[in-house]
Amino acid sequence: MTGLLARDALLVSLAVLLFGAAIIPVAVRRGRSDLLALGTSAVYTNFLLVTIATVAMIVALVRHDFSVAYVAQVGSRATPVFYTVISLWGALEGSILFWAWVLALYSAAVVWINRHRQGNLVPYAAVALLLVSLFFAVLLVWPANPFGAVSPVPADGPGPNPLLQNHILMAVHPPLLYLGYVGMAVPFAFAVGAMLSGEVQNDDWVRLTRRWTLTSWGFLSAAIIAGMWWSYEVLGWGGYWAWDPVENASFIPWLTATAYLHSAMVQERRGMLRLWNLNLVVGTFVLTILGTFLTRSGIISSVHAFTTGTIGYFFLGFIALVLLASLALVAGNSDRLRTVGRFDSPASRETVFLLNNLFLTAFMFTVLVGTLFPLMAEYVRGVKVSVGEPFFNRMSIPIVVALLFLMGVGPALPWKAASRKELKDKLLPPIAGAVVLGAVALLAGARNVYAVLAFTFVGYSAVANLREFFIGARARHVAHTEPWGLALARLVTGNQRRYGGYVAHLGVFVVALGVAASQTWRTERESTLKPGETMSVAGHTVRLKDVWGRQEPQRQVIGATLEVLDGTRVVGTMEPRMNFYPMSQQPVPTPDVRSAFTGDLYANLMSFRPDGSSASVKLISEPLVPWIWMGGGIVVLGALVCIFPASRRSPAARPAVAVPSRPLGVVAASLQSMEPEA
Amino acid sequence: MGAGIDVDAAGSMTAPAAPRPKRTLFIGGAVVLVAAFAWLLYGGLDKNVVFFLTPTELLSKGQKGVDVPVRLGGQVKPGSLKWDEKSLELRFAVVDTGGKGEIAVQSRGQPPQMFREGMGVVLEGRYGRDGVFQCTSLMVKHSNEYRAPKAGERPSEMYKSLIKGTTE
Repeated sequence: MTGLLARDALLVSLAVLLFGAAIIPVAVRRGRSDLLALGTSAVYTNFLLVTIATVAMIVALVRHDFSVAYVAQVGSRATPVFYTVISLWGALEGSILFWAWVLALYSAAVVWINRHRQGNLVPYAAVALLLVSLFFAVLLVWPANPFGAVSPVPADGPGPNPLLQNHILMAVHPPLLYLGYVGMAVPFAFAVGAMLSGEVQNDDWVRLTRRWTLTSWGFLSAAIIAGMWWSYEVLGWGGYWAWDPVENASFIPWLTATAYLHSAMVQERRGMLRLWNLNLVVGTFVLTILGTFLTRSGIISSVHAFTTGTIGYFFLGFIALVLLASLALVAGNSDRLRTVGRFDSPASRETVFLLNNLFLTAFMFTVLVGTLFPLMAEYVRGVKVSVGEPFFNRMSIPIVVALLFLMGVGPALPWKAASRKELKDKLLPPIAGAVVLGAVALLAGARNVYAVLAFTFVGYSAVANLREFFIGARARHVAHTEPWGLALARLVTGNQRRYGGYVAHLGVFVVALGVAASQTWRTERESTLKPGETMSVAGHTVRLKDVWGRQEPQRQVIGATLEVLDGTRVVGTMEPRMNFYPMSQQPVPTPDVRSAFTGDLYANLMSFRPDGSSASVKLISEPLVPWIWMGGGIVVLGALVCIFPASRRSPAARPAVAVPSRPLGVVAASLQSMEPEA
Repeated sequence: MGAGIDVDAAGSMTAPAAPRPKRTLFIGGAVVLVAAFAWLLYGGLDKNVVFFLTPTELLSKGQKGVDVPVRLGGQVKPGSLKWDEKSLELRFAVVDTGGKGEIAVQSRGQPPQMFREGMGVVLEGRYGRDGVFQCTSLMVKHSNEYRAPKAGERPSEMYKSLIKGTTE
């Protein structure tokens, strides 16, 4: 019943999307505002219809309606309600439905917020959004239909993939990722809209989408960090990044989006890089689609997954279509994309941004080639290969180190050209930070060249970025005799975009320190213990108390209780476990992590004697790993500072805030102020 | 996307009025940069591609298969498993699913809980000159199609004493 209703909603939405995408260009050409309103309402109608389908799916999941194909695939009566709801994105069809819903939400929001804008940019952007939605509607109606009927109706299902129901971060990572991925469709749609409407030369599309891009970028950053955290907490190997294709798929568009955030500033300030920015925006969007394809078509495990499902061909066709259409549009608009500004001096912020873009693009290609190479090799030469971590590390670590350095140089340099004095005043003092952190790394025993360089450059760049806050606040402190705290607050709110960016930089440095330290000083030990025996790693000692088992509704749990010792005193316990799910041959490791500011103690139960007489435990000392999660939080904070509406000095000019009772109105008002405040 | 973008970027740097040679220089520089980068990528891939082989395929490679990183996929040969708890040394042999192409494997560390003779494994490591595969990482092969354990494989039966003892 719910299945039928949802299926109908999706079929209607398909028609609505087609209608909207067809009628808007006609309306614009003929100047018919009534038709335009009708076309735009397709965006809202689609949101309503996809919402109905999504809610129907959640209802079917919660009610264990196994007559719905997707529920029969991922549901089980024993799974807790929480994991039942989030299994919405646990497999292919459900996650495509969720993708479509997020896209419908973004589309409705961006069209609503820009509904009063004159000109053809927004209507054409709406067409682009409708067409992207159309692709997902087609997927949902044919190859990834989650609402297929199952007969006879099974009494129970297998439940979600055990890995996905073992940790709460599975409720966090996928939605963040989708919000990040899908949001990149907004700048893409506006870029396409700008080219279709011939409004590409006034750069409005860049300004109108600034906050949307930042929002998606913030979500994507948070999603990548949450994914690392999940891998760390669930997979039991004590690492957080393995250059796995699934990880790479989320990281590749992040690189181009990051490049775009910087080069967009060059376009706004100096009128340069306009063609390049269009390419970055189109590229980022295509890479999110490619990422969805890689992670959702099953092609990763084998190209032969192609033969079992047709969805891969849909994705490849769509990617080809987007690339061809974008290429044609860019070519057709080449006259309007001429650069108005020019480079004045190599010692300028735009030079650093250009280098940043070069490095980030090279980084993107490295990861992309390494990710796609095994697929190509299997497809073309019929050999199964994998591209190992050494390739990614060898190629990317020098790039990362260079970027860490540039992150300190960029903020220190002014636009256009720096004088000799400016260069000296800004670039020399941070060397102190470089010396300090470099020395700390060497004294602590780091010998890898890149590790030492990473610490050194983080030291340099962190000081350079912090000095920007200090110099600005000091100027206010002296000029307006404001106390330091107020001076700092006013400095940041006076130019949120700039200082938000520096906050994000600082977050990246914290992440970099966490990664560099945990890669350099990680120590691990594996031992088989009988109850009462102890083992130590890097100054941490644990004692095995006992090995136990427990029956839970949806699984069986075997665990080991370890007492953490300080001398002879017990200061805490750790309980690494193995979870056995009924539908899986293999247990899901469930390591226990004991966190402190300076690092984690990570314990994983490797194996145990069935009679409980001994257990093998892997104990890892992981210095500074919590800094990675903290740094991720700081990055997101930086994005928030950039996104939040600037404080107004003339509140009279803001009639839109007069409707605070409706939450949507507030959001709309806050997002409406799109002009750059730099 | 591809090399063209870099050229575009560099190309759009120059103002329309800029003299021609400068533009050529930019494009030339960009081409050199892209070529150098592609060469680096190619070199990196060439050295770091790890082949996924069955025991028979590895043996048929002869000397070319010796002392290079390999992922070896096969079955643990029944009756070959030796585990020394004192030295944490694990020895077994892998064979193709058909039972052919036997390769001796040496590994350190506790085998995974569900490690059994006859099961599928993926091993990372190098095939040594002494004819023993030195394994650095041992993974039990699990397909995405998870299946229910057979009777006798269920943890509630296998670890009865543990689970019974503390049922809550």
